[in-house]
Amino acid sequence: MTRLHIDWTLCDGRGLCTELLEEMLAEDDWGFPLARDGSAEPAVPAPLENAAAHAVSRCPMLALRLVGRTS
Amino acid sequence: MISATEAPSRLLSGDGTLDHHLARHGRLPLLDGSQIIGMARDASLTGRGGAGFPMWRKLGAVAASGRPPVVIANGAEGEPLSGKDRVLLTRQPHLVLDGLQLVARAVGARAAHLYAPAKLLPGLRKVLADRRGAGLDPLPVTPTVAPDAFVAGEESAAASAVAGRGAVPSDKRVRVVETGTLVQNVETLAHLALIARHGPGWFLSAGTFLATVSGAVARPSVVEAEYGVPLGELIAAAGGPTFELQAVLVGGYHGGWVPADLSLPVSQSALAPFGASPGAGVVLALPAHACGLAETAKIAGYLADQVSGQCGPCVNGLPRMAWTLADLAARRPRPGLPGEVARLAALVTGRGACRHPDGTARLIVSAMRTFEADVAAHLAGRCLATGGRR
Amino acid sequence: MTDALWYFARGSGVVALVLLTVVVVLGIGARSGRPAFGLPRFAVSLVHRNAALLAVVFLVGHVIGLLFDPYAQLRFFDVVVPFVGNYRPVWQGFGTLGLDLLAAIVITSLLRHRLGVRAWRAVHWLAYLCWPVALLHGLGNGADRGTWWLWATSLTCAAAVTAAIGWRLSATFDRFPARAERRVAPRLRPHLEEASR
Ligand SMILES: Cc1cc2nc3c(=O)[nH]c(=O)nc-3n(C[C@H](O)[C@H](O)[C@H](O)COP(=O)(O)O)c2cc1C
Ligand code: SF4
Ligand code: SF4
Repeated sequence: MTRLHIDWTLCDGRGLCTELLEEMLAEDDWGFPLARDGSAEPAVPAPLENAAAHAVSRCPMLALRLVGRTS
Repeated sequence: MISATEAPSRLLSGDGTLDHHLARHGRLPLLDGSQIIGMARDASLTGRGGAGFPMWRKLGAVAASGRPPVVIANGAEGEPLSGKDRVLLTRQPHLVLDGLQLVARAVGARAAHLYAPAKLLPGLRKVLADRRGAGLDPLPVTPTVAPDAFVAGEESAAASAVAGRGAVPSDKRVRVVETGTLVQNVETLAHLALIARHGPGWFLSAGTFLATVSGAVARPSVVEAEYGVPLGELIAAAGGPTFELQAVLVGGYHGGWVPADLSLPVSQSALAPFGASPGAGVVLALPAHACGLAETAKIAGYLADQVSGQCGPCVNGLPRMAWTLADLAARRPRPGLPGEVARLAALVTGRGACRHPDGTARLIVSAMRTFEADVAAHLAGRCLATGGRR
Repeated sequence: MTDALWYFARGSGVVALVLLTVVVVLGIGARSGRPAFGLPRFAVSLVHRNAALLAVVFLVGHVIGLLFDPYAQLRFFDVVVPFVGNYRPVWQGFGTLGLDLLAAIVITSLLRHRLGVRAWRAVHWLAYLCWPVALLHGLGNGADRGTWWLWATSLTCAAAVTAAIGWRLSATFDRFPARAERRVAPRLRPHLEEASR
């Protein structure tokens, strides 16, 4: 299962990812991405894998990574 | 069941000298790596730094990481309510350092570090010199200062500090064990040193934990007891309550409030329904005349001030959560205030490089539940505990 | 034929300057965290990147045109090493310097997932040096200097970048002015007297 990992020490809340992955991410009170499923490392559904990869490559702070994890 | 007061004081008595240590415990038996990991597993030894994770799993993960392994004895004890690691490092430092050599052997470590507050380091340097003289430390141990800050003892912060980069937590996409670094609380290591001598079976029947008991008790102190000991006995071991108690904070600033039920066993399973756990063994007794919400708001303010400053949701969310709770505690109610506290707690949980926001949120959620009646009273401008009116 | 090369070289230089201006302004706009010109943020970032790549294409045209142009007498050496040319070495040197800086910025950007964000950002700051250098080169070196349309283009570009930088430095630049700054707490850094045991 692919998951989206956010490195909070890098993320500056620029909001590109929340636009590119609207189905998975919302913006919190300060503009930082918030997983809509409430998890710390949200699972990427198969139809969104391309959009997720795009978000990872466009994040200006390189804060996003796709990881393969079961938990 | 052995009560707290009669518990054999294995970890708490001692003068810290090598002679005393060797006379009482003798040298470590020769064990190979897989024997050490097997003993930690069979003894069900769990971490005493707060998370309660099984030690043998971490040992296995570090050994399998494929990186040059580094072992760290974590004596930072950034938690203001805890004093057990300091007492342990003063009275039985050789057990801790025996444990460090054991885990070093278990993972094939290349370097070993002792991470402790500046105040303890001069004494510990002497201890290390004595051990080197007696040939007790096949792998030399490097002492490193742990800054006096709450998050300085966090696993990745400790790893970064001993590497000379500052005690700052880092991202966990690659877990700390996967980088070949083993961080264990000093108490966990001391237990391993005893298990190596007496065997896992002995530990299963007679193993103990250290608790720091403070608050409304006659003699705030560090006590040794078995898991499952009733809360009342821990408090009795600290001289007993000085007032009628309202609630008890178990597990420290990242722990949870439980009602003052003195028969409640201090164990993972008995505390779970309250969202609490024994954690690092912190017990704070709250007298009936103190306001639990005000007490928690004070702690939340401290924790918000202690964020390392790296992660947006934590840097913004913890202060906001602390102010919101402070408004409730000070009876400055506004519509939806309790809901806002709950929302912020959920908002910060899981959204940081370390678990500092998670622990802070857990404390606050438990306060809102345990002091539920006072939440309602505060919204109406009163305080049940202090009897105060606005 | 040679005249065509000459005009092509000059024209592509001017187009590159205009594109670099767009790149700088959009780069600053993207940094603000706001949508701009009705474009969502990810689109601003894409246009920023693509305009930069397009500018590189025009600059390559500019340089190739000049290398083959008999009047310009540009040596390959001059394209890489600044301030050694025969013709107006200082103004031409600015062009070479700008090219080198741009090459560094673009290459590190393309490799940023491998370089890591710190190294990439450090180099990216050079954009604030690269753009004025390119402008100076155009003003001082272009055979068109003194023509009204080059002045007009340069002034418009300069006004756009100055306005963007002014906005960047203003208090209202960040989309979340009430947001706390992320900065590592000094108490976690090693204390000097403690570290020197
Ligand atoms: C904010 C924060 C602070 C911590 N501080 C300490 C500490 O001071 N000492 C400690 O042993 N563990 C501390 N921990 C727990 C460590 O991250 C880690 O789990 C522990 O040292 C591992 O040792 P153990 O498995 O033996 O418990 C802290 C965790 C967090 C999230
Ligand atoms: S695009 Fe990157 S920096 Fe921007 S909010 Fe998303 S993760 Fe954070
Ligand atoms: S979660 Fe908070 S305390 Fe932990 S590293 Fe991030 S900012 Fe620091």
